[in-house]
Amino acid sequence: MNFWNDPLKVAATWLEGIFTGWGMDAVLAHVLVVFLGVFLLITLLMVLDIFLVWIERKVVARFQDRIGPNRLGPFGLIQPFADIIKLIIKEDTTPEGADKVVYNLAPILSMMSVLILWAVVPLAPVMLGIDLNVGVLFLIAAGAIGTLSIIMAGWSSNNKFAMIGGFRQVAVMVAFEVPMLAMLMIPTIFASSMNMNAIIEAQNIWYFLISPLGALIFLIAAIAELGRAPFDLAEGESELVAGFNIEYSGMKFGMFYAGELLHAFTFGGFWAILFFGGYRFFGLEQVSPFLAILILVIKAMLGYWVIMWVKYTMMRIRIDQMLGFNWKFLTPLSFALVLVTALMNTLLRGADSWLYVTGMFLSNVVVGWIALEIARSVARKERERVEGPKNVVEAHH
Amino acid sequence: MTGEQIIFLVVALFTLGSALMVVTTRNLIHAALWLVSTLFGVAVIYTLLNAGFMAVVQVVVYIGAIAILFIFAVMLTRKDLRDNTPQTNKNWWAGALIAVLTFAGLVFTLQGWSGFSKTAPAVPSGFDAISQLGEQLTSPNAYVLPFEVASVLLLAALVGAVYVAFNKK
Amino acid sequence: MIPLSWYLILAAALFGIGLFGVLVRRNAVAILLGVELMLNAVNINLVAFWRYGDLATMAGQVFATIVFAVAAAEVSVGLALVISVYRRRNTVVADELDLLKW
Repeated sequence: MNFWNDPLKVAATWLEGIFTGWGMDAVLAHVLVVFLGVFLLITLLMVLDIFLVWIERKVVARFQDRIGPNRLGPFGLIQPFADIIKLIIKEDTTPEGADKVVYNLAPILSMMSVLILWAVVPLAPVMLGIDLNVGVLFLIAAGAIGTLSIIMAGWSSNNKFAMIGGFRQVAVMVAFEVPMLAMLMIPTIFASSMNMNAIIEAQNIWYFLISPLGALIFLIAAIAELGRAPFDLAEGESELVAGFNIEYSGMKFGMFYAGELLHAFTFGGFWAILFFGGYRFFGLEQVSPFLAILILVIKAMLGYWVIMWVKYTMMRIRIDQMLGFNWKFLTPLSFALVLVTALMNTLLRGADSWLYVTGMFLSNVVVGWIALEIARSVARKERERVEGPKNVVEAHH
Repeated sequence: MTGEQIIFLVVALFTLGSALMVVTTRNLIHAALWLVSTLFGVAVIYTLLNAGFMAVVQVVVYIGAIAILFIFAVMLTRKDLRDNTPQTNKNWWAGALIAVLTFAGLVFTLQGWSGFSKTAPAVPSGFDAISQLGEQLTSPNAYVLPFEVASVLLLAALVGAVYVAFNKK
Repeated sequence: MIPLSWYLILAAALFGIGLFGVLVRRNAVAILLGVELMLNAVNINLVAFWRYGDLATMAGQVFATIVFAVAAAEVSVGLALVISVYRRRNTVVADELDLLKW
């Protein structure tokens, strides 16, 4: 067990040795080392957050056929630091009649709900915060805290637009938790465990290949949970000014904004962990934990890029269309998919690997196709009801 | 005083303090937010009791759904945004007396039980509460019938709530 | 080590506070908040008895899971009724809801 194989344990035992050498109680030393580890992880995440701002602005610029920030530093790399300085020196306003405690607590809870998710992300086979055996449910629990922070922000701003934006955002988040929870059951069925590390260890074949529809629905539900386009009605500038964060200025707004970007990156990471093998890459992760972290970060960046791609390509959907899409299409589809996956998993459990993969893949394709056909016929009936039946075009004699 | 006992006392005081704020504060939104902190304290108690699944489900179901439902209901049932009417009715002393008597009665009755001060048995190694719970909830020899009836109950509540609260224009 | 009595006393205290909330508050939504506290106290009791009894019989945790489901169902129907009553009578103060029909 040297440093390159197991850096966290080596560093922890060395530090505990130093602390007990100074005469500290053993339990207290352990608690202090754990706190230092948490502090280190949060610091690294916030530094990553700064670069996510830069990445976001450069990528949106390229999607919109322009260059993006390129004045400050090489390739505009100093730009996010300038943004942070601007946010910090801005005046910190509190609207009159706002509920001060709740108003100030909301951005803190929002950031906390994102940072707390990284406690269960396995960065490497031996490096993870907590080896929780309900890691998958922890994802939803942290989302619940985020939902609470948004409604606190919306209500405490004493502003009608903020309240409407907060209501809408919370309605969307609570609605899309249902298909997300169902899709989280699919890696659980395959890996027979809710532990994140166990799900990664069981992915000899990436789960994206045996459940592509599951990965897709998880992505859609994740984008809705994040409150990003096409589901960002709560913050659309043309609809609601800025939704629940209208009255927030300065660094509090910075907390919401940076928290949203980090949340998107975290969900890119979870998409990679649950469906793309996490830190595994054909055995490379056994070489060194640092290589495993690098693989996970690259996969999370690719997932984050897909989320950004969707955001900057698609237009915003109306709130009733969003909720109708969830309750009338996505939830029944996700339940049907879980049923079919569980059934096919039991039927094909002992089969050869290629038969298993083909069988699951085809079952996903069939379920998706049937769902699309049903959606298409419902849409056709709706269109006919609104526009009148289409005339059959006579063959031109 | 071991560390575990100190943690328990801190969490218990936090939970009971938040519960008191729930039932005494005048502003209803604050009461709903104090309920959130009470539920969070209860989730930590579940973790102390080695019931990790219960703790996470508590956060997901109670804080993520029920507390949010309460906040929505409070916002939708108010005429003005400020609560300046007294929140307790005129028999509050009788209610307080009954609550104290109930608490005293419960503690007194339990004290006569021989197992009142027993300590926790050790958790057997390799004990996976989740797989055990899953087996018990889906095995025909165990509790699959109450589980299925509970899901029918939830369906009935879902349909009923949507129907009752539907705004027929 | 924490004796079982501590958990039982905590649950009894939480139950008493919830009971106080139900009996004393005027607003119907606040009464439902008290009911939630009582249900949580019951759940703590159930899980504590599971932990301090035989760990292999999961009856305590199963019962607690069913109580989660029942609490969620009861809260949703209760709040739907309160909202519906508010639409009709424009009040949710329990003292003022004293007519079955007018």
